[in-house]
Amino acid sequence: MSFNILMFGVGGQGTVLSSDIVCEVAIESGYDAKKSEIHGMAQRGGSVVSHVRIAKKVYSPVISFGEADIMVSFEYMEFLRYMEYVNSETLLILNTNKIFPPGVLSGKEEYPEKVIKQKLKLFKGVSQIDALKIAQESGNVKVAGMAVVGALAKTLPFEKKVWKNIIESKVPPKTVESNIKAFELGFTL
Amino acid sequence: MRKVLSGNEAIARGAYEAGVKVVSSYPGTPSSEITDFVKRYGEIYCEWAVNEKVALEVAIGASLAGRRSMTCMKHVGLNVAADPLMTLSYTGVNGGLVILVADDPNMFSSQNEQDSRNYARFAKVPLLEPSDSNEAKEFVKKAFEISEKFCTPVIVRSVTRLSHSMSAVDLGERVEVTSKGLENNIPKWVMVPANGRVRHVFVEERLKELQTYNSESDLVVEEIISNEIGIITSGIPYQYVKEALPEASVLKLGMVWPLPLDKIVDFSKKVKKLYVVEELDPIIETELLAKGLKLKKIKRPLTGELSVDAVKKLFGIKVNKYKTTVKELPNRPPNMCPGCSHRGMFYAISKLKLFAAGDIGCYTLGLLPPLSAINSTVCMGASISMAHGIDRASDGEYAKKSVAVIGDSTFFHTGINGLLNSVYNKGCSTVVILDNRTTGMTGHQPNPGTGITIRGEESPRINFELLCRAFGIKNVVTVDPFDVDECIRVLKEETSKEELSVIITNRPCIFADRTVITNPYFIDADKCTGCTACTRLGCPAITWDKKKKIAMIDESLCTGCGLCPKVCRFNAIFQRGVK
Ligand code: SF4
Ligand code: SF4
Repeated sequence: MSFNILMFGVGGQGTVLSSDIVCEVAIESGYDAKKSEIHGMAQRGGSVVSHVRIAKKVYSPVISFGEADIMVSFEYMEFLRYMEYVNSETLLILNTNKIFPPGVLSGKEEYPEKVIKQKLKLFKGVSQIDALKIAQESGNVKVAGMAVVGALAKTLPFEKKVWKNIIESKVPPKTVESNIKAFELGFTL
Repeated sequence: MRKVLSGNEAIARGAYEAGVKVVSSYPGTPSSEITDFVKRYGEIYCEWAVNEKVALEVAIGASLAGRRSMTCMKHVGLNVAADPLMTLSYTGVNGGLVILVADDPNMFSSQNEQDSRNYARFAKVPLLEPSDSNEAKEFVKKAFEISEKFCTPVIVRSVTRLSHSMSAVDLGERVEVTSKGLENNIPKWVMVPANGRVRHVFVEERLKELQTYNSESDLVVEEIISNEIGIITSGIPYQYVKEALPEASVLKLGMVWPLPLDKIVDFSKKVKKLYVVEELDPIIETELLAKGLKLKKIKRPLTGELSVDAVKKLFGIKVNKYKTTVKELPNRPPNMCPGCSHRGMFYAISKLKLFAAGDIGCYTLGLLPPLSAINSTVCMGASISMAHGIDRASDGEYAKKSVAVIGDSTFFHTGINGLLNSVYNKGCSTVVILDNRTTGMTGHQPNPGTGITIRGEESPRINFELLCRAFGIKNVVTVDPFDVDECIRVLKEETSKEELSVIITNRPCIFADRTVITNPYFIDADKCTGCTACTRLGCPAITWDKKKKIAMIDESLCTGCGLCPKVCRFNAIFQRGVK
């Protein structure tokens, strides 16, 4: 069993923390795992991408083109940037929350709604989640990322208990409760 | 105990386990987090130095005093530290000394892509290259042993893909290394020519011994799988090779300088075809060819990162065909944060169409549209000296249309020397010190202008105005960067003078002082005429409603800096909760 998970979103959405959690859960569950991340020069608002690879033995910390098993998009359009990693078996976990890029905000470019709809068809499966709504239900808008992690956890063979332990150890103590709640809601979606 | 650590975290852990006493560094992506992690270990004295040369010199002092010491920097930082490095190679060390340098193949956040392995060869010192987090930790420990055993500084080279990747690490205990005491040995530590000549002979001898040591050490690992293909590789490329060519035999080098030639010759006899796979410069390859080894040529690019696919292609293996890519998506370029204190000054500079000699830091992002306010960026501290050069080349004519912009941390790094030079040589440029009281770009590390140390203890805060006056500069003005009109007025006035001027801004980075964040602003839709004066600030919180042709503010992003209402001539922008 092996998983190549590509996680991406916009700076500030918790992509990096989420990928740390996945990596630790895998190792805690007895697998080898590696993670590699590139955050642009942006302090805020730039694209962020993390590669997580899980297997018995992992060499390269980077996923090759066409070899993503699961893609996790923390923002509605971001997955379009990574289509070269997709193959006919790839699953997509998609947060439907939109963050408009500067070009769209300034009215110079269009948010690519049509292309999104079109490209969604290329995935073997797509689970769409409204993470912001879940986060609001969990009582903290900042935990939206954890709802996405919950949805991802459902597709992976690791015990829920391990997920919860790792999440607890990684998020600020004050936010443990809302984070776990968002995770649960994402998981049971 | 096993833990998942990033390469940088593992390096810090390695220093801790090795009993390091002193770490002095200057932040630079991708190396910055190492020293931030070191600060967790109370046993280690750590500090942010003003630049890499100073940081290395502090480490040398600690070594001279008999303790293990380390300095961390990015590749371009090693250029700054090259001066002490070259002579440190001669003096050697007392307590072990490790220089951690992180390269950035593909330039994810750097101005060039240089290969630091060249420095090991140049300085004639050993260089180790780990290939995952666990090795990063172990190699740092090993580096200290080698340093003391052979009386040499040791370079450990990381790359972005190691520093910013995570994998499992087996944690060990810290070994308390007792001080060797201050070494008082004049022929060794005083590098006057007579002593230097003696030490150079030692350096050459040492290199030979290191070569033998390398061949015999467990740093070189031979993995014989078949006798068809043999690959010599090291560091992160090792991981790509293992995955792309599982059938190949591999000689993995842990120490890439000096090379374990005996081991390599040995290995070459065990395989029919011998290749070298390395990233950036052909360091290993050139050396082996010079030694007459028969290598198979591969068409490897000298730029950018390798990858599993790239290695497969080099060996003619078909790579997975991917289905589709989407071109022309709206970009998400990096941008100065909403509320960034640099924005107002850049707006003024771009309004006046001044030529801006820029520098390295968050404010380099002032080059992006709509501000487009930076015209050159070379290296840390270059802005002030380049502006002086520009003025001199034009007999002062360009001085009236140009400025140098530099951040506080960069000013302390090497800008201060440039300013001194301009003063001394009767320069007439206008220097803008963008003082936001932190080192923004690399993750908000404190500097001598912040008033706190790495561990948050209070320390004297350098006053730029007094400093510039002490230099003898007469025209020193402090402005509020959010007051655009004032910025424009001051810029006009100072650039017109035929004397050196320094303009200092006085607002903190919103991460340096979170208390500056106040109620957000909003735009009254009825009053907005759609003139776009505010959207031209490039604040990520200001959006444009295409249908209504008016500007809006995303209140969840707005920090309430109050800059945009100052450029709105129609008084359409108001702050929540303020009447
Ligand atoms: S981190 Fe600070 S200095 Fe950098 S862009 Fe943001 S506000 Fe400006
Ligand atoms: S006040 Fe205006 S310029 Fe300042 S952060 Fe808010 S929207 Fe941006």
